[in-house]
Amino acid sequence: TINPELTNAFSQPLLSLPLTTPISCRHQVLRIKTKNEEEVKQLQLLESLEHLQLDFWINPSAPALPVDVRIPAASVQAVKAFLESQGIQYSILIEDLQDVLDKEKQDMDESAQRQRSTSSFDFGAYHTLEDINAELDHLASEYSFVEKIQIGESYEKRPLYVLKFSTGGSKRPAIWLDAGIHSREWVTQASALWIANKIASDYGTDESITSLLDRMDLFLLPVANPDGFVYTHTSNRMWRKTRSKIPGSVCVGVDPNRNWDAGFGGPGASNNPCSESYHGPSANSEVEVKSVVDFIKNHGNFKAFLTLHSYSQLLMYPYGYKCTRPDDYAELESLGRAAASSIRSLYGTTFQVGTICKTIYQASGGSIDWSYDNGIKYSYAFELRDTGRYGFLLPANQILPAAKETWLGLKKIMEHVRDKSS
Amino acid sequence: RAMELPPGHFPAARAAAAAVGYLRYLRGGPGSGLQLRQLRRARRQDIDGVGHKYYLELELEDVLDKDRTVSCTAEVLYHLGSNTSAPDVQLTVQGELRSTEEADKEFYNRIRSLEKEFVAENIPDSHGNVPPELEPIHLLAWAASGYVIWQNSMENTKFHLAQVKHVKQVKRNDEDLQFDFVILLHEMVSQEVLPWEVTLLWHPQRGARVPQSRAAPAGS
Repeated sequence: TINPELTNAFSQPLLSLPLTTPISCRHQVLRIKTKNEEEVKQLQLLESLEHLQLDFWINPSAPALPVDVRIPAASVQAVKAFLESQGIQYSILIEDLQDVLDKEKQDMDESAQRQRSTSSFDFGAYHTLEDINAELDHLASEYSFVEKIQIGESYEKRPLYVLKFSTGGSKRPAIWLDAGIHSREWVTQASALWIANKIASDYGTDESITSLLDRMDLFLLPVANPDGFVYTHTSNRMWRKTRSKIPGSVCVGVDPNRNWDAGFGGPGASNNPCSESYHGPSANSEVEVKSVVDFIKNHGNFKAFLTLHSYSQLLMYPYGYKCTRPDDYAELESLGRAAASSIRSLYGTTFQVGTICKTIYQASGGSIDWSYDNGIKYSYAFELRDTGRYGFLLPANQILPAAKETWLGLKKIMEHVRDKSS
Repeated sequence: RAMELPPGHFPAARAAAAAVGYLRYLRGGPGSGLQLRQLRRARRQDIDGVGHKYYLELELEDVLDKDRTVSCTAEVLYHLGSNTSAPDVQLTVQGELRSTEEADKEFYNRIRSLEKEFVAENIPDSHGNVPPELEPIHLLAWAASGYVIWQNSMENTKFHLAQVKHVKQVKRNDEDLQFDFVILLHEMVSQEVLPWEVTLLWHPQRGARVPQSRAAPAGS
């Protein structure tokens, strides 16, 4: 039988809401506690009134079970009035459904962002400069002992970002590591990112990294030549040099690893601006080089200078500008061999060890010659995978193996530096 | 009278690269890609009035079959004072390389049956990818570049194939396949990346031949 009061109470048409009103605006959810079969039947009749648009989350079925119902804003007053007139007990489960939904969405957004920020950077892929810089920000925000600092600007005004790893102290003895000074050597920037993450995440659990960072600071410049790097993405994958304009020439760019003040302008560098090994108008003419020089000089307490290049699988120490041995030849050769041995232990990848001049070619104005002649004994240049099959175009699936094996070599050197410096 | 050279130093490495270039030209094809696994030993002899001769012991592997290696002895003679003639290279390969007869035949028939002439570019791409169907062309580019590398090697150069910028098949009336390549060669000492135009003829039995090649004109 139709309850006349029921029909009367709800014979008015629903207030019409504007179409733009979200469907759940000021909807309420009631929990109704029925005492007997009669009350259950009342609710089942209510359920049948489709124009009320009641959404039963728990349907009326038996007196002992609660009935949860979502009521559109327009029907709330009428339904409450009806229940009260029938003496049916109810309570408000959700005062304002929109609030709840808003909060839920916010929670989900935050969770998704955490997901993205903790796990989504793919270290086994090649990335743009923007993505790399975002990951540097992430690492700095995630780890209290990692800080992103800017040591200067490129020719085209891009920031030169360095990650500083420091667990305390004041100007502790420090290690320098850079990558990508030659922009086409993509495996180096990619490896530097992986290495940064490795060091940050293993501090506190890995004995070697922990003891290293407890005594020394590490400064990592993953993209030493950002202008060139962007150019390899946008225009010419084989670009090596900086992107500086050279007065009097149509050609662009200086070889940043012929621009350091070490035998500058000597054999193994070109004075032709159009050459890939053009040394530039003067030593430190390139802001990318000068910024690093100034930073290291001002710091004054660097013990190691390590730089990543590709390709050829070589581990080299000074000198490049002259073919005579450095004073520390024996120690550098021995440590280099130990590092190459560590590299080989992982995948069998062989690196040749020796001075730049004997191993690859005579080359003046190079970074590790400068650092060595400025008192930084442990100066090494790595040439990573491969030996020519893919060359600069190393497949992305070799990034992680390259980074991991290189890291073992770097770690061997850093451990030695740590032991000698403290 | 031949001087022992450290295999890890550049003079021996450069001569080895010239020898491997020649070998790739000689033995290269769509189904095989030879590369240097290790330079075991190197000696150099300075021959008065003639030039510098390198004696090399190489260990080679096929990139498609890395579990197997093959030994090779090579003699590389750089002619005195000459910037125009290619080094003389003599090679002896000890042992058997993997047979590529099946793969060669399959590739040959596939290309011959194409309606439109085969075209591709950027092998590998910027990220180092080579789609599997382009690997045979990549290896033929190794054969083509091997010729150019051999022909242009000197004691102060070391070339590698950096990338295939462009390749276009040219249909022929005879039995050969013809591919016109634009390749980028990376020269290690100067660090230059040099574009070259190379025409390659290839046939499963007759192997690879380069009828013409030239440094690409400036601005290309």
